[in-house]
Amino acid sequence: MSGSALSDPASARILDVRDLRVSFPGKGWRAPRVDVLHGVSLDIRPGETVGLVGESGSGKTTIGRAVLGLVPVSGGTVEFRGERIEHATGRRRRLLSRHLQVVFQDPYASLNPSIPVGETLAEPLHAQGMTGHDARRKVSDLLDRVKLPGDAAQRLPREFSGGQRQRIAIARALAIGPELIVCDEPVSALDLTTQRTVLDLLLEIQQQTGVAYLFISHDLSVVRYLCHRVSVIHRGHIVESGEAGQVTTAPRHPYTQRLLLSAPVADPAAQRAHRIALHRRRIEETA
Amino acid sequence: MLGFVLRRLAAGVFLLFAISFVSFVLLSVPHLDVARQLVGQAATQDVVDAKNAALGLDQPVLARYASWLGDAVTGDLGTSWFTSENVLTAIGNRLPVTLSLMLGVTLVTAVLAFSLGVWAGVRRGVVDRFVQVLGVVGYALPGFLVTLVIVLVFAVQLRWFPAIGYVPLTSSVPGWLSTVVLPILSLSVASVAGVSQQVRGSVIDVLRQDYVRTLRARGLPPRRVLFRHVLRNASAPALTVLGMQFVGLLGGAVLVEQIFGLPGIGSMTVTYTTRGDTPIIMGLVMTTVVCVVVINLAVDVLIGWLNPKARTA
Amino acid sequence: MSTAQRFLRNPQAMASSALLALIVAAVLLAPVLASHLPGAAELGKAFAGPEPGHPLGFDSAGRDVWSRLLHGGGNSLGGALIALVVALGLGVPSGLVAGYYGKWFDSLANWASNFVMALPAMIVLLASRAILGPTVPVLMVVLGVLVAPSFFRLVRGIVANVRRELYVDAARVSGLRDRRIIARHVLIVVRAPIIIQVALVAGIAIGLQAGLEFLGIGSGDAPTWGAMLNEAFQNLQRNPLLMLWPGLALGLTSAALVLLASALRDVLEDRGAPVPNPRAARRVRVDPPTTPDTAGERASLLSVRDLAVSYGHGATAVEVVRGVDLDVAEGEVVGLVGQSGSGKSQTAFSVLGILPEGGRVTRGSVLVAGTEVVGLPEKEYRALRGGVIAYVPQEPMSNLDPAFTVGSQLVEPIRVRLGSSRKAATERALDLLRQVDITDPRRVFDSHPHEISGGMAQRVLIAGAMSCDPHLLIADEPTTALDVTVQAEVLDLLRRLQAERGLGVLLVTHNLGVVADLCDRVAVMEAGRVVETGDVEQVLKRPRHPYTRTLVEAVLDDVPARPAWVAPRIAEVPA
Repeated sequence: MSGSALSDPASARILDVRDLRVSFPGKGWRAPRVDVLHGVSLDIRPGETVGLVGESGSGKTTIGRAVLGLVPVSGGTVEFRGERIEHATGRRRRLLSRHLQVVFQDPYASLNPSIPVGETLAEPLHAQGMTGHDARRKVSDLLDRVKLPGDAAQRLPREFSGGQRQRIAIARALAIGPELIVCDEPVSALDLTTQRTVLDLLLEIQQQTGVAYLFISHDLSVVRYLCHRVSVIHRGHIVESGEAGQVTTAPRHPYTQRLLLSAPVADPAAQRAHRIALHRRRIEETA
Repeated sequence: MLGFVLRRLAAGVFLLFAISFVSFVLLSVPHLDVARQLVGQAATQDVVDAKNAALGLDQPVLARYASWLGDAVTGDLGTSWFTSENVLTAIGNRLPVTLSLMLGVTLVTAVLAFSLGVWAGVRRGVVDRFVQVLGVVGYALPGFLVTLVIVLVFAVQLRWFPAIGYVPLTSSVPGWLSTVVLPILSLSVASVAGVSQQVRGSVIDVLRQDYVRTLRARGLPPRRVLFRHVLRNASAPALTVLGMQFVGLLGGAVLVEQIFGLPGIGSMTVTYTTRGDTPIIMGLVMTTVVCVVVINLAVDVLIGWLNPKARTA
Repeated sequence: MSTAQRFLRNPQAMASSALLALIVAAVLLAPVLASHLPGAAELGKAFAGPEPGHPLGFDSAGRDVWSRLLHGGGNSLGGALIALVVALGLGVPSGLVAGYYGKWFDSLANWASNFVMALPAMIVLLASRAILGPTVPVLMVVLGVLVAPSFFRLVRGIVANVRRELYVDAARVSGLRDRRIIARHVLIVVRAPIIIQVALVAGIAIGLQAGLEFLGIGSGDAPTWGAMLNEAFQNLQRNPLLMLWPGLALGLTSAALVLLASALRDVLEDRGAPVPNPRAARRVRVDPPTTPDTAGERASLLSVRDLAVSYGHGATAVEVVRGVDLDVAEGEVVGLVGQSGSGKSQTAFSVLGILPEGGRVTRGSVLVAGTEVVGLPEKEYRALRGGVIAYVPQEPMSNLDPAFTVGSQLVEPIRVRLGSSRKAATERALDLLRQVDITDPRRVFDSHPHEISGGMAQRVLIAGAMSCDPHLLIADEPTTALDVTVQAEVLDLLRRLQAERGLGVLLVTHNLGVVADLCDRVAVMEAGRVVETGDVEQVLKRPRHPYTRTLVEAVLDDVPARPAWVAPRIAEVPA
């Protein structure tokens, strides 16, 4: 049964976002609503990583939150495992949590500071009805999988470094074996070397479990390393989508090109070339 | 800014209507048989009914409220049921006494609380501990207890000031001063305590802000940074507390005026509420609400002036 | 340390709770402790002093003061308890719902709360007495309603903040029900503030209640502390001592409650060690460098030798910078790189003499344009800041004073430092804004910080740093908070200003790309020490120190792109 479903190319998508629109109330009394997303579309296949790249205010985080049901959707559709979920609430959302999880950017804010790590990890398990001994064993299993010591369960989040906390957040997302994890800038608050190890952990987990990622980032090089495909978002519009190699090394859209040239590279000679190319682009754009 | 003031004023007028309606309806609950009180226990039921009709008490509540409101918007708050005094005149005679107390307390608080708060926030250490203890104690003790102690010490024991009575400002300035010093002192204790804690807290907060470090890095003298930048940014939350203290002061004035025998609206409230004199009570409620609305508006405008970001909110 | 342990070790918490326990016990045991009825009067004994069986003497009606004090306490405390329960019952649930769900209930409850707060409590209580009659418990219910907004606002504010926390979002995505989220994540946060507020409001309620009784609002003969005070006040001239006992009881109870509240705040919120006196910190002796000029000749613009920075005192002191050597020559851009917590920003702050509260230079030498600034008196140091060394901070928005226009913040240092007239300073400020590539300088000059973008704010801060023509610029992560496209523009701006003015720059950053873009030389910091210094080309391409190598290898610039996705192998359909 699963074979026939997956061989059909349309239903092979685990997530299918079509023409998604989100607007927020304007500031002040009777101010018009402000559109944050003007109809964006993207899709993810099982076990695939799709990167979503943009600058602050581009709407990239809003896409992730809309998929998770954390912001109301004002138009378009979100299809997850063949099911329309853009207006799902309450019970249906809780059922979805089995398959759809999240890792947030800020590893300090995403863990409740007054609850021991083990209890935080057990939360999704309890929500699915797993308790007692089973839950405890599963928690130590999860900690093991993200390479944290077994006694971590009894400790509070403040006893861990940023990178370790992000591992805890990843463990929580993995707890009930989801099919898609929305990763909202999971490494941008981390130091360079920690960043690399967390990315490698995400890759390893994907190879083991076949989970798919929607990976939101502002950093083209991170996305190039981790993603199969990439979409670039600018002011609520997706301006370019394609294979990671193409978008992050030979972009076609002028905005993506500018983004790529703006990011400084850690090689003085290469960066000089980058800079000259960027200046040339700016002159061309103003001409 | 003008739009902001108008919005706040509109909200204030709405509040006034809402409170007047609620108070009026509550006051119409026939607990005290006012007509019976007025005509005496010996009078027949016919006389009582006639009195009720004369006061309009035989009408339904909403009709009475409508007629009260109709008069009120033209500036006529009616006359007292018991003394036949015009309500506006009665309150107008007593309001200056209470307002002069309020003004005095606000001045004392502004000067003392800001000095203490800034001193504690900047110097920290022992000074800070001292101001904090002062604040806790001043805040903890019930206002009227502080007043009683002040009377006991300064009026009864030391005999520096009279314990009771009031001299109008118009008849003798030193006389007036000697009668308001102790009441103002009594009322100031709690408000200085509360506001100085807030000033201290916000001064410490602002001193930790990044922009203070940047201003220092530009080579500006610390005193200039403190008085121009820190004080201005720390003032907004302190002013909010000052405004809230003011509402509390209106209540505190009731006790203080009663203790010192001052003819203000506080002592008036005690006298008239016990009898259920609806026109006067409504007048007093309206007066205090107008005071509260005006003070809150003044605080908001001041904060908007100090902190431009608040204007857009 | 657990909360209970912290409570037991806090003398203020222990003393105030012991006092309260004593008062409550005495009041509860009133029938046992006082052998006389509170209403029993011996007329001949009016105002009589203490005698056996009557430890505190008699009041104006010849009643036993001790007995009235204990029984009165029951009425006073009981009344306050009613008010407290009503206030909690109204304020906490409505605050929870309003804060968590918001929407119409929030607007409504918020309006109601503002409405009640605008009412002067004492006047409403007096009016209520006229309406509802002189029954104290009923009036205490009214008082409870009047103080309920203090709980509502507290709870609503905290819950609304918690509601926005990422961990609540994470719990929702984990499939938790709202009830469970409130029970697990929200209540745990509001618990401590509510307990503190209970103690505070109890103190206030007892005071207000006694005030009402003092005005003679209560129902006649039942003894209360307020009524006793009133009676004593009437007889102030005859026996002022009568005021002492009820006054003391009331004062001690209220003070104990408020002191308990402030102690609970320390205990429950675990503020940690008290902040050391900054004056004491300034008196600390600074040791000279222990390695006299081993690191070669000292540069003329900035030269740091064996710099150490510590936080805290004595045994708890933590050294965050340990023996840093650093040189910046005129016209040279030196990068200072390292991960968070490596001490790079602390080094920059020490050069400027603007270390945060509690931090101090404990060792070493810092020469700025030939002047030793370690131990330099504040006034002379100030003369260097702005004019010789300038500072560009990391977060553009938080580094502008929100209360002043951009223009006045630029004009101020020019007028103070250079003594220019207002007109000349304004001209100069506008010119500086033009120099940092702001196209509409007049508009930006007149704007408040919240009206401009982050990139614009960073340009303004750079203009501010340039305002008094410095020779050395200390830039602390100047582009970290910016988007990459804006970052590229700001880097260009810094490069141009540096070249035009021949500035020496110490650039603190964690981004090796920024180093490659801007720097001539670079120093790499790890755990408070400089582990490698050298030419940019050499450090980035041929790092010598293993730590530098780890850093360079973690850069993802040259990693190959991930290969295209392949469909997972499809399981065979069972026959």
